Amino acid sequence: MSADAVAPVRLVSIGKRYSGTKALDDVSVEVAEGSVHALVGANGAGKSTLGKIVGGVIRPDDGQLFIDDRPVRYSSPRDARTDGIATIAQELSPVPQMSVIENVFLGIEPRRSGLVQRHRMRAQYDELISQWGFELDGNAKVGALRTADKQKVEILRAVASEARVIVMDEPTSSLTSVETKTLHRMIRTLRASGRTIVYVSHFLDEVLELSDTVTVLRSGRLVRTAPAAEETEESLVAGMFGAAAEAEHFEKPQGSTAPVVLDVSGLDRTGVLSDISLQIRAGEIVGLAGLVGSGRTELARAIAGADPIDRGTIAIDGRARRIRSPADAMAAGMAFLPESRKDDGLFMELSLASNTTFADLRSVASRLGVLRRALERRKASSLLGSLSVEPPNPSMRVASLSGGNQQKVLFARWLFRNPRVLILDEPTRGVDVRTRAAIHRLINNLAADGAAVLLISSEIEEVLGLAHRVLVMRRGSITREFGADPPLDAVMEAAFGLGGSTTG
Amino acid sequence: MSATQPPDRVAGDPVASGDSVAADAIPAPRARSLRRIKAEHIRDYGIVAFFIALFLYFSIASSVFLTKNNLLNLVFQNATIGVAACAVTLTIIAGNFDLSLGSIFVLAEVLAAWAAVHIGVWWAFPVAIVAGALMGAVNGLLVAKVHINAFLATLATALTFGGIAVGVTSGGLLITPSSSVFTFIGQQRVAGVQYPVIIFALVAIVLQLVLAYTVFGRHLYGVGGNRDAARLSGIKVDRTVIITFVITGAACGLAGLIDASTTGSGSSDMSGLGGSLALLAIAGVALGGTSIFGGIGSVWRTVVGVLILGMITNGFDLLAVPDYWQDVVRGILIILAVSISSFIDRR
Repeated sequence: MSADAVAPVRLVSIGKRYSGTKALDDVSVEVAEGSVHALVGANGAGKSTLGKIVGGVIRPDDGQLFIDDRPVRYSSPRDARTDGIATIAQELSPVPQMSVIENVFLGIEPRRSGLVQRHRMRAQYDELISQWGFELDGNAKVGALRTADKQKVEILRAVASEARVIVMDEPTSSLTSVETKTLHRMIRTLRASGRTIVYVSHFLDEVLELSDTVTVLRSGRLVRTAPAAEETEESLVAGMFGAAAEAEHFEKPQGSTAPVVLDVSGLDRTGVLSDISLQIRAGEIVGLAGLVGSGRTELARAIAGADPIDRGTIAIDGRARRIRSPADAMAAGMAFLPESRKDDGLFMELSLASNTTFADLRSVASRLGVLRRALERRKASSLLGSLSVEPPNPSMRVASLSGGNQQKVLFARWLFRNPRVLILDEPTRGVDVRTRAAIHRLINNLAADGAAVLLISSEIEEVLGLAHRVLVMRRGSITREFGADPPLDAVMEAAFGLGGSTTG
Repeated sequence: MSATQPPDRVAGDPVASGDSVAADAIPAPRARSLRRIKAEHIRDYGIVAFFIALFLYFSIASSVFLTKNNLLNLVFQNATIGVAACAVTLTIIAGNFDLSLGSIFVLAEVLAAWAAVHIGVWWAFPVAIVAGALMGAVNGLLVAKVHINAFLATLATALTFGGIAVGVTSGGLLITPSSSVFTFIGQQRVAGVQYPVIIFALVAIVLQLVLAYTVFGRHLYGVGGNRDAARLSGIKVDRTVIITFVITGAACGLAGLIDASTTGSGSSDMSGLGGSLALLAIAGVALGGTSIFGGIGSVWRTVVGVLILGMITNGFDLLAVPDYWQDVVRGILIILAVSISSFIDRR
């Protein structure tokens, strides 16, 4: 933090926009040499984006990145590497078909007259791993390694290329706790050798344990940069969320005695979900809160038959159902609105009407499977109209609608089936404020009409505004349950694994 | 999935951005959308305009072109390709590919001839079609259940089926059944129209209706356009895919039957139509405007594509243009058609 020492990394007034939305806005951060500097924030706060800018993965729209007080403008991670900056991220994995050694020395192979000197490479590798105290078979294929070992490869690659600054983007999100400890040991060794680590994470306990300095971001803006010793998990959570954002608040019935519609018990999927049990009554909205990677989406997909389960039972209206495919789940009366309307939801080239009726074409066809197109159009029209999709033209291609209207069309597909159970994964992601409010009212009305709703959202205000009960997930388990309208910070703390019972 | 998705302005935005179509209805985007409609029309109907232009050109340039006999001949000569192409359109719309059309055609033809000789002439008909359907089922199972890439799976089965055909005919020799029952499809006419022309027309109409007006047809667009979304909508994706391969196989069997009946023989010779059927049929599909990435297309487009390719051969022959020019022009035409549509989609 001293002003006279040259900072290896300095970001000045950095801004980055994605299709009109500010992912980063006027963020300035200085990273001290030989420190572990953590970037924290909620989903979408811009912490990963900032890390990627340092690593040359993305270019800022505004502001300037200084490396050793020299203004730089990277167009690829390769550029950054030549300045001694290496990024370790899951999606930047090495070449899986090649061996560990080949990956570590990729691009910097010791060579003589254009030929790679394998024996020298081997010797250098042995030297590296003994120096860093790693245990890693140099001849193993990287593709066959576990995630933790792949990260070791990336770290070795970084030190072999004499990187001075290493950016780590959520390095522990897919590690076990033992592997996480090992990684932390490595990071401390790296710091002791004078290297600088930029550590992006949403695990606050790790951040506080590991880092020297913490930068908190909220909605693309800098909240503060402070020594880690002055922060607590509570202070970080408060900084990340600020005052609770405005979200419409709905009246919630208390102590419902309506019959249980969805009854999930002992659901298990090895490595992803463990021993999940939950019940939803008719007319009830149960919210699922948790961080990215906590297993929320995985749970939704498992219940909806999209992913296989290893153990557990699912009953609808008291009747045990064997659900092995989305078709089974639908036959049982479930509807699943997936997280990504583009990847898993809509048929972009088909019309609004076709998208609306797709999951229940039999209801608009003769017994022989011939479509009654006039009927289809009429039914789709009236449903789309009741959801006020704009423009209300059933023959239009869905690709030409705005995001919010596309989302309404996806809703229409599931409402078309009159489901008993609605599983909604991020129902308002990427939609405008008006559509968001409309979708919230819709969800509330569907529950009032007797549907059982499981609501997943990374926007905690959305969950709190709608849910009659809130379940918090962390690392594949449901760790806490709240009634209606729990305090925001209590839910957040549970999501981050503070207070209550959690496995850190 | 397909190459034709316009950029989604909202996907990936961490925060809602408030841009609904209604809110943006200011002159600038409206002007853009007008231009876009025009470009889309070129993409969607340009091939029809080209078909008409080519038709008019040959009608003027050659005195023979626009005669009933020549036009019937043109369709007759392309009937086998057309039947196979119309069927494989379904496979392609569902997001797959089939390179084994020619081999199914040849093996079905050979088996039809074999059945006609060894069991009874009438057996040729069911044997060809059922054999084709079974070969298609093998393709479908390999693709949907064993998860082999459709390109490789059908490349491999093409070799196998072709090899079996050579084996059945003991080295590519012809088997010649002599019976008018066997040859009436290929060599007789009703009301002056050859049977293969009628069969082509019927296959095209039925498949077009299936695609446009049935639940199954709609499912094909869904599976090809967004496989994951189709699965999450309760579609049995594997079964749907297998059925498209079976339909294609049966159609190739029917095409083989037409060819056997026309020539009065069963030939395992892959240097003829058998060798080029797959490529010509798929060329017709692509030229018509069906996306080879799946999710977009229709059978009538394939008919237009196949007839344009056939018209070039026919017209150039009438105008005495050397043979090699036909292939050069057909190749360039396919490149043009596909690049125009991908250019318009990328705008």
